Amino acid sequence: MSEYYNKLADSLRNRFAGKYDECFLHVGQVNFVVKKENLIEVLTALRDEAEFAFDEMIDLCGVDYSEYGDGKWEGERFAVTYQLLSVKNNHRLRVRVFCDGEPPQVASVTSIWEGANWFEREAFDLYGIIFDGHTDLRRILTDYGFVGHPFRKDFPLCGNVEMRYDEDKKRVIYQPVSIETRVNTPRIIRDDHRYADRMTEEDSSNA
Amino acid sequence: MPEIRNYTLNFGPQHPAAHGVLRLVLEMNGEVIERADPHIGLLHRGTEKLAEYKPFNQSIPYMDRLDYVSMMCNEHGYVLALEKLLGVEVPERAQYIRVMFDEITRILNHLMWLGTHALDVGAMTMFLYCFREREDLIDMYEAVSGARMHAAYYRPGGVYRDLPDRMPRFKKSKYIDDAKVALLNEAREGSLLDFIDDFTQRFPKLVDEYETLLTDNRIWKQRTVDISIITPEKALQLGFTGPMLRGSGIEWDLRKKQPYEVYDKLDFDIPVGTNGDCYDRYLVRVEEFRQSNRIIKQCVEWLRNNPGPVMLDDHKLTPPKRENMKGDMESLIHHFKLFTEGYSLPEGEAYAAVEHPKGEFGVYLVTDGANKPYRLKIRAPGFAHMAAMNELTQGHMLSDVTTVMGTMDVVFGEIDR
Repeated sequence: MSEYYNKLADSLRNRFAGKYDECFLHVGQVNFVVKKENLIEVLTALRDEAEFAFDEMIDLCGVDYSEYGDGKWEGERFAVTYQLLSVKNNHRLRVRVFCDGEPPQVASVTSIWEGANWFEREAFDLYGIIFDGHTDLRRILTDYGFVGHPFRKDFPLCGNVEMRYDEDKKRVIYQPVSIETRVNTPRIIRDDHRYADRMTEEDSSNA
Repeated sequence: MPEIRNYTLNFGPQHPAAHGVLRLVLEMNGEVIERADPHIGLLHRGTEKLAEYKPFNQSIPYMDRLDYVSMMCNEHGYVLALEKLLGVEVPERAQYIRVMFDEITRILNHLMWLGTHALDVGAMTMFLYCFREREDLIDMYEAVSGARMHAAYYRPGGVYRDLPDRMPRFKKSKYIDDAKVALLNEAREGSLLDFIDDFTQRFPKLVDEYETLLTDNRIWKQRTVDISIITPEKALQLGFTGPMLRGSGIEWDLRKKQPYEVYDKLDFDIPVGTNGDCYDRYLVRVEEFRQSNRIIKQCVEWLRNNPGPVMLDDHKLTPPKRENMKGDMESLIHHFKLFTEGYSLPEGEAYAAVEHPKGEFGVYLVTDGANKPYRLKIRAPGFAHMAAMNELTQGHMLSDVTTVMGTMDVVFGEIDR
């Protein structure tokens, strides 16, 4: 299986030379980091060309890298990840595009795969990523009138406001939260030697 | 002459046919739907964010609560993603147990779907029939994990424990007398595998029973044939998976095409529809009952003859035996470490997908080498299907909305996450 995907990675490198930043294999899956300005061109080619034929977009999601590795991240803050699937050729690909700025902006892929519509709305809602060319970019999962983008790393787990019924006003009101986020298990990054061999093996296959 | 305007109808958020909490804003022209705009998120709990604050194993019970009618399949997707990054291979017996319970879950899910779908369309009896069989399947869950619904049975490295040798039995009480107890316990005299085996013997006849009620039923056909037809091209465009895609005639099933666990060693077929309407999707799912039953039979056969470990012996990842902990310092340390800090995954990212009863359930995991996920994204099949609501209902009547909702097999636990 990994041999097949090595080949796929090679043909991606040849076909899209200069249009991508990275193309590597990890745990047998191809990661393809595309330059932001080439996104639409590359994805359209990935869908239409018979060699790739990614006819289905399985998933789209945002990632906020600001606290990655406890602050060792130096690249752009946000990424949008596309999981592509080809029903024709029976293979998968993960495409990533990085973006920065406030608000971060990426081109919408709804013109390539219609199914991206709600996934982009979700990424907008949770991360505040603006998708250029999306015709209906509304919040989707959070409450009507919600403020902020809850999945960003600087958004507290317990939120900023809480809701309760007010007996005097006879309606539901919002107020600042009265609880604090509690950490039961601290987050610890460990260099685990058990995986070291496997990782070097894979790195050499990428070179 | 007065101006005629479109009528906007608000369906839900609390509506018995909405399968949970869905608010649907429908723009109507008379009784015909012009545009449907689903408002979801009323059951949003932020599972993915919560998981970022917990060691890996503590998120397994959250997975049960995503699609709360096919619990173990959700766990399977999550556990597979962890195992992919860890690079571990699960013992074969555990793989068979997982496959068997995936298929039990598929029947469980489809029974729920069939019962409520038929109920929405007006066939009351189906609901009672389906829930009768669900009871047995939930008893299997209970026997193996101790919980009737939210099992948390799959763990990275295998399954929590081996199948029990004794099936729990009913006892006499003031509500059930001796005769009733004897009847209820008839299939429960042996082990769990005997009970499952007995179920697989009975089940095909029961599926026939459902089919006599629906398949040639005139009302059922009037309500489902030619309703919300989706062409194969459109289905791919919209990101459909599972029975929704197969109903449109595309032979795509991860169990066959990208086999995981031991599906490549088992014998089963993929049913495919031709027209892509609600009736075809119904036929596909009913055939899946029979195929799942076939898979379970094969698993029972294998599991009877092949005892063995069901969990990896690597105690950096899986808890040591309790009796060892009493006398062995090393085991005690492992246990303490595992249940306080948990284990760390190597840095990287992975996507793992399983053929969930509703479609492709995927988990995308990004880790930076910590004992908690950096980002966990759950790809719920229902989310993509729900997004196509407008496509599926446009030009149909108001009463077809419930049919469409039934055919999509919506559960808001997974759509809203």
